[in-house]
Amino acid sequence: MNEMNEVRKPPVATTGIIGWLRINLFFNWTNSLITLFVIYCLYQFIPWILDWTIFSADFKYNYLGEQITNQEMCSRNLDPENGGACWAVIYVRFYQFIYGFYPKVEVWRVNVAYAMLALALLPLLYAKLPYRKYFLYFTYIFPVIAYFLLNGGLGFTEVSTNKWGGLLVTLVLGCTGIALAFPIGIMLALGRRSKLPVISMICTLFIEFIRGVPLITLLFFGMVMLPLFLPEGIDMDGLVRVLVAVTLFQSAYMAEVIRGGLQAIPPGQYEAAKSLGMSYWRMNLLIILPQAIRISIPPIVNTSIGLFKDTTLVIIVGILDLLGIGRGTLADTNWLGLSYEIYFFVSLVFFIFTFGMSRYSLYLEKKLKTGINMGAD
Amino acid sequence: MRSNLGFFSDEKFRSIFFQTLVVGLFALGLFFVISTTSYNLEKRNIATGWSFLQNPAGFDISFSPFLEFKSTDTHLKVYFVGVLNTLLVSVTGCIAATILGFILGIVRLSSNWLLSRLVYIYVEFSRNVPLLLQIILWYSILIQLPRVKQSLQFLDVFYISNRGLYSPRPIFESGFSYVSIAIVLALISSFLINRWSKKRQDKTGQQFPVFSSSIGLIFIVPLILFFILGSPMSFEHPEMKGFNFKGGLVIRPEFIAMFLALSIYTAAFISEIVRAGIMSVSKGQREASAAIGLKQTWIMRLIIIPQALRVIVPPLTSQYLNLTKNSSLGIAVGYADLVHGFGGISLNQTGQAIECMAIVMATYLSISLTISFFMNIYNRSIQFKEK
Repeated sequence: MNEMNEVRKPPVATTGIIGWLRINLFFNWTNSLITLFVIYCLYQFIPWILDWTIFSADFKYNYLGEQITNQEMCSRNLDPENGGACWAVIYVRFYQFIYGFYPKVEVWRVNVAYAMLALALLPLLYAKLPYRKYFLYFTYIFPVIAYFLLNGGLGFTEVSTNKWGGLLVTLVLGCTGIALAFPIGIMLALGRRSKLPVISMICTLFIEFIRGVPLITLLFFGMVMLPLFLPEGIDMDGLVRVLVAVTLFQSAYMAEVIRGGLQAIPPGQYEAAKSLGMSYWRMNLLIILPQAIRISIPPIVNTSIGLFKDTTLVIIVGILDLLGIGRGTLADTNWLGLSYEIYFFVSLVFFIFTFGMSRYSLYLEKKLKTGINMGAD
Repeated sequence: MRSNLGFFSDEKFRSIFFQTLVVGLFALGLFFVISTTSYNLEKRNIATGWSFLQNPAGFDISFSPFLEFKSTDTHLKVYFVGVLNTLLVSVTGCIAATILGFILGIVRLSSNWLLSRLVYIYVEFSRNVPLLLQIILWYSILIQLPRVKQSLQFLDVFYISNRGLYSPRPIFESGFSYVSIAIVLALISSFLINRWSKKRQDKTGQQFPVFSSSIGLIFIVPLILFFILGSPMSFEHPEMKGFNFKGGLVIRPEFIAMFLALSIYTAAFISEIVRAGIMSVSKGQREASAAIGLKQTWIMRLIIIPQALRVIVPPLTSQYLNLTKNSSLGIAVGYADLVHGFGGISLNQTGQAIECMAIVMATYLSISLTISFFMNIYNRSIQFKEK
């Protein structure tokens, strides 16, 4: 009977900060040891990286207070003990990173195009936008406006594409590649699922061929072989040739993603559409594709992220995108040896874009999971 | 009800009509391309044909670990060196990425919040930065290592400098072939033991210590034989001669940069695949196996991983394909793979753009198809079997 009177200890806390720490960091001995080890490593690493990137770094002026114009004036080159990153190179070359060699007088056109791009993307990203329909009209005509704005014509002076560079080229390649690949990808996906054997075979061969070879070979193809295939007098611009290769590449991947969406459509949808007497195109355009594309948006965004990263490959065929400008800057004797700063900056820009896109695709995935009920929709 | 279009509304006719149209257009396009190309080639005085493959290359390849390459060798040999280099970095990269990816995928699901966050940060950074940038970054780190004279030394036999990693090269003497035969025999017999023990376990429920017996067969038996034969293997150590090391095994910074970047980049994707695969196994499976008293490690090995593999293998295959195709980025750091050696330098020297690109593309296609083929066989072997 004595035992009844013994006071039992309350169970260990599982809520609150202490409880959270106990469960997630100090659950048992090994767990606690791992936690302590990780904290120790972070303690060693984080102050060092913060010091290098921020506290000891030069942004515009070195520690003597002079404005930095070449690498010899960076604090860490003046005094190796004292000084971290030399971000002045980004500051000095910022124009090139964002616009390439676009003439300074005309640069407002690029800025307008950047702003319009944001406006054009808005209705695509945000479905609940008020007056979305009118914004979408703008999105459709945006490529035409952007072409004349950036390239010239219609009263604008012409700026040849070899003056384009940096983020401008990266965005042009990425956006155009994705936008053009989308309709081609839909056609290829429909073609691959077509009942007509010849069409299905041609589409399958095309898709599998493109997916089987690296993008770099397609870029070489665009650069070296395309001029041989075209009749004399048609001289394609370097950027256009690269765009052809990038678009072909992306459309094959897009086609496979959309095919996945098409396969997820229950056969009842096809049967219902056919029983209403719809033709093949009406059925696909009005019934099948809207549903298929809706479920394949997250993977479409994912392949688009892939393409956006792959646009860096164009530096191998001599087009100066963001990374190309970075490498060009490194080759300049004024900025030799600042590779970490430049690669850090370029990585950060890419990271912001791609991480944003991947978060967006996650958000869509979550929304789709809760939002639709296949078949009964 | 027929419309006034008559036979055009007949489905069969329409199908044949459209397909003929497509074939016709396709043939017309092909004819146009071929005729303009041959005209263009003639104008530029480029002779088509494969004879250029037999011409001497006239350039050196710095990294050719399998074939001896001299500048007098033919372009055909450049091709083989390129294929071997592509395969080398792809295979080693796939193996490293798989191991790293599995470890990271499992760690990401660890109950330790800090550890799992850390892996998450790694995955996001490495997935969202272009691979080409990572390759160039690794390369720029490697070539900023100390010069040869001040090489960093490890264990007295490894030297790391901006020219790469120098390690002793094993030299096999005559008796070593017996050891390698023993290893092969041990591999075969442990495979057979594994099959036999599985069959026996299915029949009688008795287990056989497959793992320890295989270890014994594969490692200990050849090792004993090795010492009985009087250690028929010696090492050639790299030695400093003049400005560089002579002898030994050299691993160039181009290869190391490619290997690191490819495996670290792909491991991030694989770890996400592994995580999704493990999470796809229902919780009940883990609870049930804990309820029958299996150890934690056994639950993972016998219950979770085999079921997760069914989800993991198809996307893993496409990661292997991606890695192999991505190995073509070696051109950015001068790694003499298929694209850089044959598709780059040979193409520029001979001017045979069409032939070179066709060969390069065909090679990548066949490598891709081979990987898909074997992974499909593996995938079939791990899918649910109806008994």
